[in-house]
Amino acid sequence: MVTNQIQTLKLNLWFGNNHVLHDVSMGVTEKKITAMIGPSGCGKSTLLRTFNRMNDLIDETRISGKVLLDGEDIYRSKADVTNLRTRVGMVFQKPNPFPKSIFNNVAFGMAVQGKFNRSQIEDRVEKSLRDAWLWDEVKDRLNESAMSLSGGQQQRLCIARALANNPEVLLLDEPTSALDPQSTSKIEELCLELKNMVTILIVTHNIAQAGRISDYIAFMYLGELVEFGETNKVFTVPQDKRTEAYLTGVFG
Amino acid sequence: MTYRRLKSHIGINLLRLCLAVTALFLIAFLFRIFSKGLSVISWQFLTTPPKNSMTAGGIYPALVGTFWLTVTSIGIAFPLGIMTAIWLNAYGKPAWLVRIIRISINTLAGVPSIIYGLFGMALFVNMLRFDVSIIAGALTLAVLALPMIINASEEALKSVPVDFRDASLALGATKRQTIMRVLIPTALPNILTGTIISIGRVAGETAPIMFTAATFYSRRLPNGIFDEVMALPYHIYALMTEGTKAESQVPIAYGTAVVLLMLVLSISATAIIIRYRIRKKRKW
Amino acid sequence: MNTYKEKLFKALTYTASLFVIIFLFGIIYSIFREGLPILKVVKLQDFIFGSAWYPTHEIPEFGIWTLIIGSVYVTLGALVVALPLGLGSAVYISEVASPRMREIAKPIIELLAAIPSVIYGLFGMAFLAPAVRQWFNLPTGLNVFTSSIILGIMVIPIIASMSEDALSTVPKALRESSLALGATKWETIVRVVVPAAKRGIIGSTLIGFGRAIGETMVVLMVAGGSAKIPSSIFHSTRPMTSAIAAEMGETVVGDLHYQSLFAIAIVLFLITFATNIFTEIVFLKRSAR
Repeated sequence: MVTNQIQTLKLNLWFGNNHVLHDVSMGVTEKKITAMIGPSGCGKSTLLRTFNRMNDLIDETRISGKVLLDGEDIYRSKADVTNLRTRVGMVFQKPNPFPKSIFNNVAFGMAVQGKFNRSQIEDRVEKSLRDAWLWDEVKDRLNESAMSLSGGQQQRLCIARALANNPEVLLLDEPTSALDPQSTSKIEELCLELKNMVTILIVTHNIAQAGRISDYIAFMYLGELVEFGETNKVFTVPQDKRTEAYLTGVFG
Repeated sequence: MTYRRLKSHIGINLLRLCLAVTALFLIAFLFRIFSKGLSVISWQFLTTPPKNSMTAGGIYPALVGTFWLTVTSIGIAFPLGIMTAIWLNAYGKPAWLVRIIRISINTLAGVPSIIYGLFGMALFVNMLRFDVSIIAGALTLAVLALPMIINASEEALKSVPVDFRDASLALGATKRQTIMRVLIPTALPNILTGTIISIGRVAGETAPIMFTAATFYSRRLPNGIFDEVMALPYHIYALMTEGTKAESQVPIAYGTAVVLLMLVLSISATAIIIRYRIRKKRKW
Repeated sequence: MNTYKEKLFKALTYTASLFVIIFLFGIIYSIFREGLPILKVVKLQDFIFGSAWYPTHEIPEFGIWTLIIGSVYVTLGALVVALPLGLGSAVYISEVASPRMREIAKPIIELLAAIPSVIYGLFGMAFLAPAVRQWFNLPTGLNVFTSSIILGIMVIPIIASMSEDALSTVPKALRESSLALGATKWETIVRVVVPAAKRGIIGSTLIGFGRAIGETMVVLMVAGGSAKIPSSIFHSTRPMTSAIAAEMGETVVGDLHYQSLFAIAIVLFLITFATNIFTEIVFLKRSAR
C-alpha cells in the first residue's frame, strides 16, 4: 500500500456552531501537485489551513477526526505547532511580504528558529530565491524593501520565504488570484518545477489552472469532499454529477 | 429660490466668520506670548539660574527639571504602555478583563490633572515617603501619560495588517516572535508618534507636579531623583503669583512661556511630521 | 521548545496591563481615603449645598456649593465661547474649505491642542484681564468672563478637531444625494451632514466639558478666586480645581482643610467620571448602529 504524506481521516471542523468540514477523508501523495477546487465557501481554504493549523487562530474552532503528516497526527495534544509550520509552508492569496528587506523576508523563518549561523542563512536565502526564480531579478538589491517589488515578484518572494524553511509540503491558497496573467503563468510553471522538491497543495478558483498544473484534483462542495482522483480522470470522466456540473460551469 | 441661495450664502459666511474669529483669537494669543517673550530669551537666560528672588537671571534649573521629569515619566510609562497595548492586541483574554482594562484606560484619560496631583501627593509623597521629588512627580506624570501611550500604541498595532501576522505564524514563528519581529517593528513609527505627543503633554503639565515635584525657587540643580526641582510650567505660575515685583517677573514669565511653548510645539510638530511621512510612504 | 519564553512574555504583558486598573483604583482609593473623613465633621448635604467656605476660620465651615457653582459657570461660559467657534470652524474646514486648506488646518488645530494650559493662564492674567478691566471699567479683570474666554479658547481646538473627525466620516454619497435633490450647500450642511455626525459632535462637546471643568491652571490664574457665588459674569469666582490647587499648600497633611480639599476632588472625580460614562454611551450607541 502506498502511504500518503498527508492523510485526513473523517475530518470535521466547526467555527462555533458553523459546521464547515464534513467527514473529509483524503490522501495527498508526496511530490505531486494536488489542486483543491470548488465554489466559494465550500471549505477548500479551510481544509488547506488545517494542514498547518492556521485555523487555530480563529476563536471557537473545534475539530474532530485526524490529520496525519507522515503518519503522525498533527492535532495530537503535544504537537509542536511552530515546528509543524516550518515543515508545512504556506503562501497566501494576497502577496504579503513583510515591510522588511528582501533578504530579511527570506531569512525570517530561519532567523526565528535561531539555530543557523549567518553563512548558512545566506546560502539558504540564495538557494530559495533561485528556486523561486527570483534570484536574478533581486540579487543586486537584497537589502531593498520587499515592498518595492511588483505583485508577481512579491508572490514569488513569499514562495521563496516559505521554501527557505525546507518544507516538505507547500500550501498555496489561491496564489495567483491577485496577479496579472503573465505573473500567473510564471507561478504555474514554477509550481511544476517545485514539485520535484516539495509536495504542493493548491487551492484555486481557476479550473483551467487546476487542469494545467495538478496531478490530483479534490472537488469540494458544501464542506464535503465530493470527488478525489487523478486530474485527467476527474476532468474526463467525473464520477459525481456535482463535479461534472462545476467543471462544465453550471455553477461556480 | 434667491432667498434660499441668500440663506446659504449667509450661513457659509457665518462659518467662515467662526474660523476667522478662532484664528484671530489664537493668533493674538500666540503673537502676544512671542512678542513679549522672545526678547527676553538669550543664551544667558537659558543657561543661568534665577537671581534676586526670581526678579532676574535665567531659567536653567527649570529647563533641567522639566527634562528630568519628562524623561523619567516617559521612561516609566512607555514600557508599561506598550506592553499593555501588546496584551490587549495580541492576547486579550478573558473578555471581561479586557473590558475592565478598557474602562480603566478611558476613565484615567478623563481624570482632571489636579486629581493626579493629589493622588501623587497622597501616595508617592506622603505614603511612600518620597517627599516632594523628581521621582514622585515623574511617577505621577507617568500615570497621566499611560492611557495616552496605551491608546496610541494600540491604534498603531491595530493598523498592522493581519496578513503580516499570518505570514509570520505560517513560517513557524511563535506568537512572541511574531509580536517582537513583525508587529512591533511595523507599528513602531506610529507608536513613537503617539509617545512623542504625550511627551509634549507631560512636559507642559503643571497641576500634577505642584505638590509632588516642583519647587518655586532653586539656584542649584537637583542631586538625584529624590530631590525637588524647578520646572518650566510651574515656574511660569510661580512668577505670576508669587513675589512682589511684577514688572520684573512678568517678562521672565513670558520668556519662560516662549521656551516651554517652543519645546512643546516642536515636540508635537515632530510627531505630526513623522506621522504625515509614514502615511505618505506606507504601501500596505 | 520556546514555551518558557512564550509564557514569560505573555505573563509580562499581562502584568503590565493590570497596572491601569491598579492606578485607577489607587487614585480612587487615595482621594476617598483622604477625603471621606471630612464627613465625620460635616454632613454630606451641608458639604455639597452649604455655601460658606471658610476652611481656615476659628470655627471652620466646609460648604462647597459656591465652588461647584464657580466651576459650572466658568465651564458653561467656556462652552458658550468654544462650541459655536469650534463647531463652526470644524464645519467650515470639513465642508467648505479646499482640500489643501484642510490639510494645513488639521495639524495646526492638533498643535494648538498641545499648548500647555499654564501659558493660556499667563496670557489671561497678564494680557486679557487688564484689558477687560479697562474696557468694562471694573475693579478687577480676573473674573468669570475672562476665565470663560480663556478656557473657551483652550477648548476650541479639542471640539474643532473631534467634530471635524466626526464630520469627515459622513459618507460623500450623502452630501451628493442631498445636493442632487436641489438642496443648497447650507441646507445640505444643516439638514444632512451635521445630523449625520451628531453623535460625534455631542461626544466632542462632552469631552470639551470634561476638559474645561477639570482644568486647573487657567482658573487658578484668571478666575480671581473669591469664594462667593458670583452675581455677575464680571465677578471673581473660585472653581473647585482652583480651590484645591490654591489651598493645598496651606494645609497640614490630614487636617480638616486637607480632608475637605480631597473631598472636593472626590466630587470633581465623580462629575468627570459621569461625563465619561455618558460620552461612552453616546459613542457606543453610534458603533452599535
